[in-house]
Amino acid sequence: MTVTITEPLAPAPEDEPWVEAADPLRRRRIGFGMAAVVLGLIALVAFGFGSDAGLDFTFVFSREADAVQIPDLTLPARTTAIVLGIVIVALGTLQVVGVLRTRIYLVFGIALALFVVALLAWAARGDDISIIGLLDGALRRSIPLAFGALAGLLCERSGIINIGIEGMLLTGAFVAAITASAADNTWVGLLCGVGSGVLLGAFLGVMSIRYRVDQIIGGTVINFFALGMTSYLTARVLVEYPHLNEPGSFRAFGIPGLDRLPFVGPLLFDNTIYVYLLFVLVFGLWWALFRSRWGLRVRAVGEHPRAADTVGINVLRTRYRAVILGGAVAGLGGTWFTLDAVSSFDENMTAGRGFIALAALILGRWHPVGAFMAALVFGFSEELQQRLAVLDTPIPSEFLLMTPYVVTIIVVAGLVGRSRPPAADGVPYVVE
Amino acid sequence: MTVTDAAAPPGPTGDGAGAPTAAAKPGPLASLGSLANSLVVPVLALVTALAVGGLVIVFSDPDTLDSWGGFFSHPGRTLSDSWDIVYDSYKGLYTSSLGTQGAIGRTLVEATPLALAGLSVALAFRAGLFNIGGAGQLVVGAMCAGWVGFTWDLPRVLHVVVAVIAGFLGGAVWGGIAGFLKARTGAHEVITTIMLNYISFLLLAYALRTDAFQRSGREDPISKPVAESARLPDVSFGDITVHAGLFLALGAAVVVWWLLDRSTVGFRMRAVGANPFASRYAGMAVGGTYLLAMLIAGGLAGLAGTSNILGRPSFSLSGGYYSFIGFDAIAVALLGRASPAGVLGAAFLFGVFRSGATGMQAATSTPVDIIGVIQALIILFVAAPALVRSIYRIRAGRGAGQTFTTSWGG
Repeated sequence: MTVTITEPLAPAPEDEPWVEAADPLRRRRIGFGMAAVVLGLIALVAFGFGSDAGLDFTFVFSREADAVQIPDLTLPARTTAIVLGIVIVALGTLQVVGVLRTRIYLVFGIALALFVVALLAWAARGDDISIIGLLDGALRRSIPLAFGALAGLLCERSGIINIGIEGMLLTGAFVAAITASAADNTWVGLLCGVGSGVLLGAFLGVMSIRYRVDQIIGGTVINFFALGMTSYLTARVLVEYPHLNEPGSFRAFGIPGLDRLPFVGPLLFDNTIYVYLLFVLVFGLWWALFRSRWGLRVRAVGEHPRAADTVGINVLRTRYRAVILGGAVAGLGGTWFTLDAVSSFDENMTAGRGFIALAALILGRWHPVGAFMAALVFGFSEELQQRLAVLDTPIPSEFLLMTPYVVTIIVVAGLVGRSRPPAADGVPYVVE
Repeated sequence: MTVTDAAAPPGPTGDGAGAPTAAAKPGPLASLGSLANSLVVPVLALVTALAVGGLVIVFSDPDTLDSWGGFFSHPGRTLSDSWDIVYDSYKGLYTSSLGTQGAIGRTLVEATPLALAGLSVALAFRAGLFNIGGAGQLVVGAMCAGWVGFTWDLPRVLHVVVAVIAGFLGGAVWGGIAGFLKARTGAHEVITTIMLNYISFLLLAYALRTDAFQRSGREDPISKPVAESARLPDVSFGDITVHAGLFLALGAAVVVWWLLDRSTVGFRMRAVGANPFASRYAGMAVGGTYLLAMLIAGGLAGLAGTSNILGRPSFSLSGGYYSFIGFDAIAVALLGRASPAGVLGAAFLFGVFRSGATGMQAATSTPVDIIGVIQALIILFVAAPALVRSIYRIRAGRGAGQTFTTSWGG
């Protein structure tokens, strides 16, 4: 057989070949600056001037049961929103004019955070809002996104695009529900869910490595198959035998000592096993990918498989392992749905979170910590929507629900030039 | 599985280094051969998917499973029970989709939006784009067509034409957003179109609460009915009743074929799809081609939504239906190997599944969701021709290892 050149012949890997290169940094700076100005104006008009004068809001930082109580923060709602709106507009303007030359994303991130504070101040006018409850909910909602993003990270760092995370999450949730119910033990469910992820990961590996099926289509097959199979088996088995859909759930437990810390204690160290597993996984993956020999090999295979092959790394085996490990992580994330969040399986209960996880991966720039942070951002926006949906907002609730999707598009469009995937991502490798 | 054994050729024909065979010969015979070759994989994929789907039916039916419990004492009865449930399920599927003329009409009506949406995905595939956003483009197209249909007051023929154009444009704009972002920033269309899907569903949910869309006196999310003058007219052949959207789909298939295979624009799309780097080097506007492909693809998906809302039997918008079609369209395009004729055939097959599934559930206890399993299996086997070839030990043809889409980086 002949040697197949598998690397794209990209002259400049930083940018897409067809994107006009007319100072993209300047365009991006102005674009994000304008976006910040728009955010600021919305805050100013909708949350500031649109709000009644004389109402106070209260941010609550502690629950009654917490060991250390933090005093509440009470401020006038209208004034706070106006001040924050002016600050955001100023930040955006400085960005557009070019005074804040560097750190485009930092400035935009600060503007976005201030906007959220203004939104919360407006939403809580004449009332109080539990900040710790909000952040706690955000952390919980980010769990499946973070697991999904880490699963995608493992696959993509080795050069396999995994768009089937959604299907892996769904399968993990289903298998965990049915096995935990049958065995009457949540740990069995957890392990079987991980096992189902391993199988799907191996399946994706065989399709994309052995049969060299287009990886995006391979992942799509997994999504289709998971949705079809779990829906079918739900109708066929779970509806007829409801006792197979009562998996029970993991309980929250505190880490002795740490859970007595003010604010972060009850927030981070009084949770179910998933949050702790996630912390371990984020740190573990960072260490494994960037500090261990295995990680160096995985990254080498994802960036330049031929070079890796030349120095004696088994490209295909490395990829198989990474994809299977990724599948295990996705399966683990899937079990969260039935063993923690809801404790019963519903048709299509993952509802597209696998795709959001993919966006979190890109937003997190293919880095474990970044992916986790991005998942937190998405989890936070999801939690925020849920809380705002019940309020009488000036914007229809559907439009609030759209925000994470719009933000994802903006982020993906704005970041692609800077957030670079592994060079050989999605490119099959043919061993000589 | 016996099917596998029966279909395998008598001796292994060798699937290793494929020496050039008769297929390389020019002339009409070769084109006939390549047609047969291009049909082999989809047909085998269908057969295999139905066989595996049959296994799934057998091993999830409680009664049949009980029968398998006594396999060693009554092997014959176990097998015949298993055969019966699979036979009954597929027979129910057939009877309620193709058994009567009325059923055939329903099947064709089901197949119409599938064909249009499938053409959308297929066209994008040929330009190297994976349009998962068919559902969103469908919704926006249907919203635009529907809004024109129940708000405007126009004379008979003109009203339909304007509504159809509005549907096309609505879908085109929605697809065009993804194309524009891809062209300008390189944002991957898979992510953007999925996000645009969610946005469009929420947009529809919002619209169906507003006075402009919601049917007066109704609390549930359903739109006003489309005016009589904006409806796609029914066409009957005997008892087979379809609507004019079917001809819209057939016409669209011809246009897409001409566009892709006979026009300069189509050549550019295929070139960009095959290799954006080489195309750029050859002086083609890669970004512009992506934008154009997504505009047309979005428009076609918009037409799918249009034919659904302006054609029988619904004549109105409601939530839920569209994500199904958008998903199926991907399967249709893959099964049809991204060619217009193939898409039409695949859409018909999926129309059979969709219109037959409820009848199957009524006749046996097999839930409609088995259709989803079979469809996933079909895509699997079509997407992995090597898999089908290794099951049936067929030598690789020229189309082996074809990839449709590009990676994140393009």
